[in-house]
Amino acid sequence: MDGIHDMGGMHGFGPIIREENEPLFHHPWEGRVLAMTVATPVPIPGGSRNNIENMDPAHYLSSSYYEKWLHSRIKGLIDAGVLTQEDLETRMALFRDHPNAETPVHPNPTAVREELKRSRPANPLPQQVDIQPQFSRGDRVRSRNIHPTGHTRLPRYARGKYGTVTNFYGIYNLQDAELPTECATRQQPLYAVRFDAAELWGSTAETKSAVYLDMWESYLEPA
Amino acid sequence: MDNSREVAQTETDAALRTRALESLLVEKGLLTTDIIDEVVQKYEQDVGPLNGAKVVARAWSDPDYKRRLLEDGTAAIAELGFGDAHGSKIVVLENTPSVHHVVVCTLCSCYPWSVLGLPPSWYKSYAYRSRVVREPRAVLREFDLDLLDSVEIRVWDSNSDLRYMVLPERPAGAEDYTEEQLVLLVTRDSMIGVAKIELPAK
Repeated sequence: MDGIHDMGGMHGFGPIIREENEPLFHHPWEGRVLAMTVATPVPIPGGSRNNIENMDPAHYLSSSYYEKWLHSRIKGLIDAGVLTQEDLETRMALFRDHPNAETPVHPNPTAVREELKRSRPANPLPQQVDIQPQFSRGDRVRSRNIHPTGHTRLPRYARGKYGTVTNFYGIYNLQDAELPTECATRQQPLYAVRFDAAELWGSTAETKSAVYLDMWESYLEPA
Repeated sequence: MDNSREVAQTETDAALRTRALESLLVEKGLLTTDIIDEVVQKYEQDVGPLNGAKVVARAWSDPDYKRRLLEDGTAAIAELGFGDAHGSKIVVLENTPSVHHVVVCTLCSCYPWSVLGLPPSWYKSYAYRSRVVREPRAVLREFDLDLLDSVEIRVWDSNSDLRYMVLPERPAGAEDYTEEQLVLLVTRDSMIGVAKIELPAK
Protein backbone atom coordinates (compact mmCIF):
# COMPACT_ATOMS: atom_id res chain seq x y z
CA MET A 1 0.00 0.00 0.00
CA ASP A 2 1.07 3.57 -0.57
CA GLY A 3 1.31 4.15 3.18
CA ILE A 4 3.16 6.30 5.66
CA HIS A 5 5.66 3.46 6.27
CA ASP A 6 7.01 3.81 2.71
CA MET A 7 9.42 6.59 3.65
CA GLY A 8 12.28 6.29 1.19
CA GLY A 9 13.02 9.73 -0.25
CA MET A 10 10.50 11.69 1.83
CA HIS A 11 11.44 15.18 2.97
CA GLY A 12 10.85 16.77 6.32
CA PHE A 13 12.06 14.36 8.99
CA GLY A 14 15.02 16.51 9.98
CA PRO A 15 18.47 15.50 11.19
CA ILE A 16 19.34 11.99 12.33
CA ILE A 17 19.42 11.93 16.11
CA ARG A 18 21.91 9.55 17.64
CA GLU A 19 21.91 8.52 21.27
CA GLU A 20 25.25 8.07 23.02
CA ASN A 21 25.58 4.72 24.80
CA GLU A 22 22.08 3.76 23.85
CA PRO A 23 20.64 0.93 25.93
CA LEU A 24 19.33 -2.13 24.07
CA PHE A 25 15.88 -1.50 25.51
CA HIS A 26 14.72 1.87 26.83
CA HIS A 27 12.03 0.24 28.99
CA PRO A 28 11.74 -3.33 30.27
CA TRP A 29 8.41 -3.84 28.44
CA GLU A 30 10.19 -3.41 25.09
CA GLY A 31 12.22 -6.56 25.68
CA ARG A 32 9.05 -8.44 26.62
CA VAL A 33 7.39 -7.30 23.38
CA LEU A 34 10.40 -8.39 21.33
CA ALA A 35 10.40 -11.82 23.00
CA MET A 36 6.64 -12.30 22.61
CA THR A 37 6.89 -11.33 18.95
CA VAL A 38 9.75 -13.71 18.27
CA ALA A 39 8.59 -16.63 20.41
CA THR A 40 4.78 -16.77 20.29
CA PRO A 41 4.00 -19.78 18.10
CA VAL A 42 1.09 -18.11 16.32
CA PRO A 43 1.63 -16.63 12.86
CA ILE A 44 0.11 -13.20 12.35
CA PRO A 45 -2.63 -13.35 9.70
CA GLY A 46 -1.58 -11.10 6.81
CA GLY A 47 1.85 -10.62 8.35
CA SER A 48 3.28 -8.44 11.07
CA ARG A 49 4.45 -5.71 8.72
CA ASN A 50 1.05 -5.46 7.12
CA ASN A 51 -0.54 -4.71 10.50
CA ILE A 52 1.99 -1.97 11.12
CA GLU A 53 1.48 -0.46 7.66
CA ASN A 54 -2.26 -0.37 8.23
CA MET A 55 -1.96 1.72 11.38
CA ASP A 56 -3.54 5.15 11.16
CA PRO A 57 -0.72 7.37 9.80
CA ALA A 58 -0.78 9.71 12.81
CA HIS A 59 -0.64 6.71 15.15
CA TYR A 60 2.21 5.22 13.12
CA LEU A 61 4.27 8.41 13.31
CA SER A 62 3.72 8.94 17.04
CA SER A 63 4.38 5.32 18.03
CA SER A 64 7.80 4.03 18.95
CA TYR A 65 9.28 0.97 17.24
CA TYR A 66 8.22 -1.44 19.98
CA GLU A 67 4.79 0.18 20.31
CA LYS A 68 4.27 -0.69 16.65
CA TRP A 69 5.35 -4.26 17.32
CA LEU A 70 3.01 -4.50 20.30
CA HIS A 71 0.14 -3.18 18.22
CA SER A 72 0.89 -5.67 15.45
CA ARG A 73 1.23 -8.65 17.80
CA ILE A 74 -2.03 -7.87 19.60
CA LYS A 75 -3.95 -7.33 16.38
CA GLY A 76 -2.46 -10.55 14.98
CA LEU A 77 -3.48 -12.59 18.01
CA ILE A 78 -6.99 -11.15 17.93
CA ASP A 79 -7.27 -11.83 14.18
CA ALA A 80 -6.00 -15.39 14.76
CA GLY A 81 -8.72 -15.91 17.34
CA VAL A 82 -6.26 -16.49 20.18
CA LEU A 83 -7.56 -13.60 22.30
CA THR A 84 -10.18 -10.88 22.17
CA GLN A 85 -9.96 -7.14 22.68
CA GLU A 86 -12.15 -7.67 25.72
CA ASP A 87 -9.70 -10.22 27.22
CA LEU A 88 -6.99 -7.64 26.90
CA GLU A 89 -9.00 -4.70 28.28
CA THR A 90 -10.16 -6.79 31.24
CA ARG A 91 -6.64 -7.89 32.04
CA MET A 92 -5.31 -4.33 31.70
CA ALA A 93 -8.01 -3.10 34.08
CA LEU A 94 -7.04 -5.81 36.57
CA PHE A 95 -3.40 -4.73 36.56
CA ARG A 96 -4.34 -1.04 36.61
CA ASP A 97 -6.46 -1.52 39.71
CA HIS A 98 -4.20 -4.10 41.31
CA PRO A 99 -0.63 -3.36 40.29
CA ASN A 100 0.65 -6.17 42.51
CA ALA A 101 -1.74 -8.79 41.16
CA GLU A 102 -0.07 -12.06 40.36
CA THR A 103 -0.25 -13.30 36.80
CA PRO A 104 -2.94 -15.99 36.75
CA VAL A 105 -1.64 -19.23 35.29
CA HIS A 106 -4.04 -21.90 34.11
CA PRO A 107 -2.12 -23.98 31.62
CA ASN A 108 -4.16 -26.30 29.49
CA PRO A 109 -1.86 -27.95 26.97
CA THR A 110 -4.61 -29.78 25.10
CA ALA A 111 -6.54 -26.59 24.47
CA VAL A 112 -3.35 -24.89 23.33
CA ARG A 113 -2.63 -27.58 20.78
CA GLU A 114 -6.15 -27.34 19.40
CA GLU A 115 -5.89 -23.57 19.28
CA LEU A 116 -2.62 -23.75 17.38
CA LYS A 117 -3.97 -26.20 14.87
CA ARG A 118 -6.89 -23.87 14.27
CA SER A 119 -5.02 -20.59 14.04
CA ARG A 120 -1.91 -21.64 12.16
CA PRO A 121 -2.43 -21.02 8.45
CA ALA A 122 -1.36 -23.74 6.10
CA ASN A 123 1.88 -22.21 4.91
CA PRO A 124 3.53 -24.66 2.52
CA LEU A 125 7.26 -25.05 2.81
CA PRO A 126 9.22 -23.71 -0.15
CA GLN A 127 9.83 -26.50 -2.60
CA GLN A 128 12.67 -27.05 -4.98
CA VAL A 129 11.37 -25.59 -8.19
CA ASP A 130 12.75 -25.45 -11.66
CA ILE A 131 12.18 -21.84 -12.59
CA GLN A 132 14.38 -20.20 -15.18
CA PRO A 133 15.18 -16.58 -14.37
CA GLN A 134 14.08 -14.30 -17.18
CA PHE A 135 16.85 -11.77 -16.55
CA SER A 136 20.57 -12.06 -16.09
CA ARG A 137 23.33 -9.89 -14.76
CA GLY A 138 23.80 -6.76 -16.82
CA ASP A 139 20.27 -6.68 -18.23
CA ARG A 140 18.53 -3.32 -18.36
CA VAL A 141 15.13 -3.48 -16.66
CA ARG A 142 12.32 -1.17 -15.67
CA SER A 143 10.50 -1.58 -12.37
CA ARG A 144 6.75 -1.76 -12.74
CA ASN A 145 4.64 1.20 -11.74
CA ILE A 146 2.30 -0.71 -9.44
CA HIS A 147 0.17 0.68 -6.62
CA PRO A 148 -1.38 -2.29 -4.80
CA THR A 149 -3.56 -1.48 -1.80
CA GLY A 150 -2.16 -4.49 0.10
CA HIS A 151 1.35 -5.22 1.33
CA THR A 152 4.17 -4.83 -1.18
CA ARG A 153 7.96 -4.71 -0.88
CA LEU A 154 8.43 -2.41 -3.87
CA PRO A 155 8.92 1.09 -2.43
CA ARG A 156 7.24 4.01 -4.16
CA TYR A 157 10.47 5.82 -4.93
CA ALA A 158 11.66 2.87 -7.02
CA ARG A 159 8.58 2.31 -9.19
CA GLY A 160 8.64 2.90 -12.93
CA LYS A 161 12.42 3.40 -12.87
CA TYR A 162 15.15 2.07 -15.12
CA GLY A 163 17.92 0.00 -13.60
CA THR A 164 20.42 -2.77 -14.18
CA VAL A 165 20.39 -6.32 -12.84
CA THR A 166 23.56 -6.87 -10.81
CA ASN A 167 22.85 -10.22 -9.18
CA PHE A 168 20.49 -13.19 -9.20
CA TYR A 169 19.89 -14.50 -5.68
CA GLY A 170 17.72 -17.56 -6.32
CA ILE A 171 14.03 -18.35 -5.99
CA TYR A 172 12.13 -16.63 -3.17
CA ASN A 173 8.48 -16.29 -2.21
CA LEU A 174 6.96 -12.98 -3.24
CA GLN A 175 5.75 -11.27 -0.05
CA ASP A 176 3.12 -9.04 -1.62
CA ALA A 177 -0.49 -9.56 -0.56
CA GLU A 178 -1.63 -9.57 -4.16
CA LEU A 179 -0.19 -12.00 -6.65
CA PRO A 180 -0.01 -10.29 -10.06
CA THR A 181 -2.56 -11.83 -12.45
CA GLU A 182 0.10 -12.98 -14.90
CA CYS A 183 1.95 -14.92 -12.15
CA ALA A 184 1.16 -18.59 -11.60
CA THR A 185 3.23 -18.84 -8.41
CA ARG A 186 4.64 -16.80 -5.56
CA GLN A 187 7.98 -18.50 -6.10
CA GLN A 188 9.95 -16.13 -8.24
CA PRO A 189 13.52 -15.28 -9.14
CA LEU A 190 14.89 -12.54 -6.90
CA TYR A 191 17.48 -10.10 -8.25
CA ALA A 192 19.60 -7.22 -7.03
CA VAL A 193 18.89 -4.21 -9.25
CA ARG A 194 20.95 -1.06 -9.33
CA PHE A 195 19.24 2.29 -9.84
CA ASP A 196 21.45 5.30 -10.44
CA ALA A 197 20.72 8.22 -8.15
CA ALA A 198 19.88 10.51 -11.10
CA GLU A 199 17.21 8.04 -12.30
CA LEU A 200 15.54 8.16 -8.88
CA TRP A 201 16.06 11.77 -7.86
CA GLY A 202 16.58 13.67 -11.09
CA SER A 203 18.64 16.83 -11.01
CA THR A 204 18.72 16.85 -7.19
CA ALA A 205 20.65 13.55 -7.08
CA GLU A 206 24.03 13.53 -5.37
CA THR A 207 27.06 12.71 -7.50
CA LYS A 208 28.28 9.17 -7.99
CA SER A 209 25.72 7.26 -6.02
CA ALA A 210 23.21 4.50 -6.63
CA VAL A 211 20.54 2.58 -4.73
CA TYR A 212 20.33 -1.21 -4.86
CA LEU A 213 17.04 -2.98 -4.25
CA ASP A 214 15.95 -6.62 -4.15
CA MET A 215 13.46 -7.21 -6.93
CA TRP A 216 11.21 -10.18 -7.46
CA GLU A 217 10.79 -10.93 -11.14
CA SER A 218 7.16 -9.74 -11.21
CA TYR A 219 8.40 -6.27 -10.16
CA LEU A 220 10.38 -5.98 -13.37
CA GLU A 221 9.92 -5.69 -17.09
CA PRO A 222 12.56 -5.68 -19.83
CA ALA A 223 13.80 -2.23 -20.81
CA MET B 1 6.44 22.15 23.65
CA ASP B 2 6.24 20.09 26.80
CA ASN B 3 4.68 16.77 25.94
CA SER B 4 6.37 14.78 28.71
CA ARG B 5 3.06 14.12 30.43
CA GLU B 6 1.62 12.67 27.24
CA VAL B 7 4.71 10.55 26.62
CA ALA B 8 4.64 9.22 30.19
CA GLN B 9 0.97 8.34 29.73
CA THR B 10 1.64 6.41 26.52
CA GLU B 11 4.55 4.72 28.21
CA THR B 12 2.39 3.49 31.07
CA ASP B 13 -0.20 2.27 28.63
CA ALA B 14 2.39 0.29 26.64
CA ALA B 15 3.85 -1.24 29.80
CA LEU B 16 0.38 -2.17 31.05
CA ARG B 17 -0.69 -3.55 27.69
CA THR B 18 2.49 -5.61 27.47
CA ARG B 19 2.01 -7.04 30.94
CA ALA B 20 -1.62 -7.91 30.15
CA LEU B 21 -0.64 -9.55 26.86
CA GLU B 22 2.14 -11.57 28.49
CA SER B 23 -0.16 -12.80 31.25
CA LEU B 24 -2.79 -13.86 28.71
CA LEU B 25 -0.28 -15.73 26.54
CA VAL B 26 1.19 -17.49 29.57
CA GLU B 27 -2.28 -18.33 30.82
CA LYS B 28 -3.20 -19.81 27.46
CA GLY B 29 -0.05 -21.88 27.55
CA LEU B 30 1.36 -20.31 24.37
CA LEU B 31 4.45 -19.03 26.15
CA THR B 32 6.09 -19.33 29.50
CA THR B 33 7.75 -16.54 31.43
CA ASP B 34 10.96 -18.55 31.16
CA ILE B 35 10.86 -18.47 27.37
CA ILE B 36 10.34 -14.71 27.36
CA ASP B 37 13.18 -14.18 29.84
CA GLU B 38 15.41 -16.40 27.72
CA VAL B 39 14.80 -14.43 24.52
CA VAL B 40 15.38 -11.09 26.25
CA GLN B 41 18.60 -12.41 27.76
CA LYS B 42 19.75 -13.76 24.40
CA TYR B 43 19.61 -10.29 22.83
CA GLU B 44 20.97 -8.55 25.92
CA GLN B 45 23.94 -10.87 26.30
CA ASP B 46 24.65 -13.14 23.36
CA VAL B 47 23.63 -11.64 20.04
CA GLY B 48 25.25 -8.34 19.22
CA PRO B 49 27.76 -6.61 16.96
CA LEU B 50 30.59 -8.66 18.49
CA ASN B 51 29.42 -11.49 16.21
CA GLY B 52 29.84 -9.30 13.15
CA ALA B 53 33.19 -8.01 14.43
CA LYS B 54 34.49 -11.59 14.60
CA VAL B 55 33.36 -12.17 11.01
CA VAL B 56 35.13 -9.00 9.84
CA ALA B 57 38.34 -9.76 11.75
CA ARG B 58 38.42 -13.27 10.28
CA ALA B 59 37.91 -11.89 6.77
CA TRP B 60 40.77 -9.41 7.26
CA SER B 61 43.04 -12.18 8.56
CA ASP B 62 42.20 -14.98 6.17
CA PRO B 63 41.90 -14.16 2.43
CA ASP B 64 40.30 -17.54 1.76
CA TYR B 65 37.61 -16.88 4.35
CA LYS B 66 37.03 -13.43 2.88
CA ARG B 67 36.49 -14.93 -0.54
CA ARG B 68 33.95 -17.40 0.87
CA LEU B 69 32.27 -14.62 2.86
CA LEU B 70 31.76 -12.44 -0.21
CA GLU B 71 30.58 -15.41 -2.28
CA ASP B 72 28.14 -16.84 0.24
CA GLY B 73 27.80 -14.72 3.37
CA THR B 74 25.30 -17.03 5.07
CA ALA B 75 27.55 -20.09 4.84
CA ALA B 76 30.75 -18.27 5.83
CA ILE B 77 29.03 -16.64 8.81
CA ALA B 78 27.66 -20.03 9.86
CA GLU B 79 31.26 -21.32 9.92
CA LEU B 80 31.80 -19.07 12.94
CA GLY B 81 28.64 -20.37 14.59
CA PHE B 82 26.36 -17.42 13.82
CA GLY B 83 23.13 -17.68 11.93
CA ASP B 84 19.76 -16.10 11.58
CA ALA B 85 16.91 -17.65 13.52
CA HIS B 86 14.56 -16.75 10.69
CA GLY B 87 16.79 -18.33 8.10
CA SER B 88 17.50 -15.04 6.35
CA LYS B 89 20.33 -15.10 3.87
CA ILE B 90 23.08 -12.62 4.55
CA VAL B 91 24.88 -10.81 1.76
CA VAL B 92 28.22 -9.19 2.65
CA LEU B 93 29.26 -6.00 0.83
CA GLU B 94 32.93 -5.09 0.71
CA ASN B 95 33.91 -1.46 1.17
CA THR B 96 37.00 -0.38 -0.75
CA PRO B 97 38.82 2.93 -1.29
CA SER B 98 36.63 3.54 -4.35
CA VAL B 99 33.25 2.02 -3.40
CA HIS B 100 31.38 2.62 -0.15
CA HIS B 101 28.28 0.60 0.81
CA VAL B 102 25.64 1.67 3.32
CA VAL B 103 22.56 -0.26 4.43
CA VAL B 104 19.00 0.86 5.23
CA CYS B 105 15.45 -0.48 5.26
CA THR B 106 13.14 2.27 4.05
CA LEU B 107 9.90 0.26 4.47
CA CYS B 108 10.44 -0.99 8.02
CA SER B 109 13.69 -1.68 9.87
CA CYS B 110 15.16 -4.91 8.47
CA TYR B 111 18.61 -5.47 9.92
CA PRO B 112 21.03 -8.43 10.12
CA TRP B 113 20.20 -9.38 13.72
CA SER B 114 22.33 -12.52 13.79
CA VAL B 115 25.55 -10.59 13.18
CA LEU B 116 24.75 -7.10 14.52
CA GLY B 117 22.10 -7.70 17.19
CA LEU B 118 19.14 -5.34 17.46
CA PRO B 119 19.34 -2.08 15.49
CA PRO B 120 20.09 1.25 17.16
CA SER B 121 17.25 3.79 17.32
CA TRP B 122 18.74 6.01 14.62
CA TYR B 123 18.64 3.11 12.14
CA LYS B 124 14.90 2.80 12.78
CA SER B 125 14.32 6.57 12.70
CA TYR B 126 12.13 8.20 10.06
CA ALA B 127 14.99 10.60 9.28
CA TYR B 128 17.49 7.85 8.41
CA ARG B 129 14.96 5.72 6.54
CA SER B 130 13.72 8.61 4.42
CA ARG B 131 16.99 10.41 3.76
CA VAL B 132 19.83 7.96 3.20
CA VAL B 133 18.48 6.72 -0.15
CA ARG B 134 18.08 10.27 -1.44
CA GLU B 135 21.11 12.03 0.03
CA PRO B 136 23.61 9.46 1.31
CA ARG B 137 26.55 11.88 1.24
CA ALA B 138 24.72 14.42 3.38
CA VAL B 139 23.63 11.69 5.80
CA LEU B 140 27.13 10.23 6.08
CA ARG B 141 28.50 13.73 6.76
CA GLU B 142 26.12 13.87 9.74
CA PHE B 143 27.88 10.72 10.92
CA ASP B 144 31.19 12.61 10.48
CA LEU B 145 32.04 10.56 7.43
CA ASP B 146 32.94 12.92 4.60
CA LEU B 147 33.63 10.81 1.51
CA LEU B 148 35.43 12.18 -1.52
CA ASP B 149 33.30 12.84 -4.61
CA SER B 150 35.42 10.23 -6.38
CA VAL B 151 34.13 7.50 -4.04
CA GLU B 152 31.01 5.81 -5.35
CA ILE B 153 28.27 5.34 -2.76
CA ARG B 154 25.95 2.34 -3.00
CA VAL B 155 22.92 2.39 -0.73
CA TRP B 156 21.29 -1.02 -0.14
CA ASP B 157 17.59 -0.85 0.71
CA SER B 158 16.82 -4.18 2.45
CA ASN B 159 13.38 -4.65 0.96
CA SER B 160 13.27 -8.48 0.76
CA ASP B 161 14.18 -11.28 3.18
CA LEU B 162 17.88 -10.91 2.43
CA ARG B 163 19.99 -9.10 5.00
CA TYR B 164 23.02 -6.96 4.25
CA MET B 165 26.19 -6.47 6.25
CA VAL B 166 29.13 -4.27 5.27
CA LEU B 167 32.70 -5.54 5.38
CA PRO B 168 34.58 -2.34 6.27
CA GLU B 169 38.09 -1.52 5.08
CA ARG B 170 40.91 -2.65 7.33
CA PRO B 171 42.44 0.53 8.73
CA ALA B 172 45.98 1.51 7.83
CA GLY B 173 48.35 0.89 10.71
CA ALA B 174 46.64 -2.34 11.81
CA GLU B 175 48.80 -4.61 9.65
CA ASP B 176 50.44 -6.26 12.65
CA TYR B 177 47.29 -6.74 14.68
CA THR B 178 46.25 -10.26 15.61
CA GLU B 179 42.75 -11.42 14.76
CA GLU B 180 41.74 -10.96 18.42
CA GLN B 181 43.04 -7.38 18.39
CA LEU B 182 41.23 -6.68 15.13
CA VAL B 183 37.91 -7.83 16.62
CA LEU B 184 38.14 -5.00 19.16
CA LEU B 185 38.55 -2.39 16.41
CA VAL B 186 35.38 -3.23 14.49
CA THR B 187 32.39 -1.03 15.27
CA ARG B 188 28.71 -1.68 14.67
CA ASP B 189 28.38 1.50 12.62
CA SER B 190 31.18 0.41 10.27
CA MET B 191 29.23 -2.77 9.50
CA ILE B 192 26.10 -0.73 8.66
CA GLY B 193 28.26 1.50 6.49
CA VAL B 194 27.91 4.84 8.29
CA ALA B 195 31.47 4.84 9.63
CA LYS B 196 35.01 3.87 8.76
CA ILE B 197 37.28 2.19 11.23
CA GLU B 198 40.08 4.21 12.72
CA LEU B 199 42.85 3.17 15.02
CA PRO B 200 42.56 4.58 18.53
CA ALA B 201 44.71 7.71 18.94
CA LYS B 202 48.03 6.86 20.50
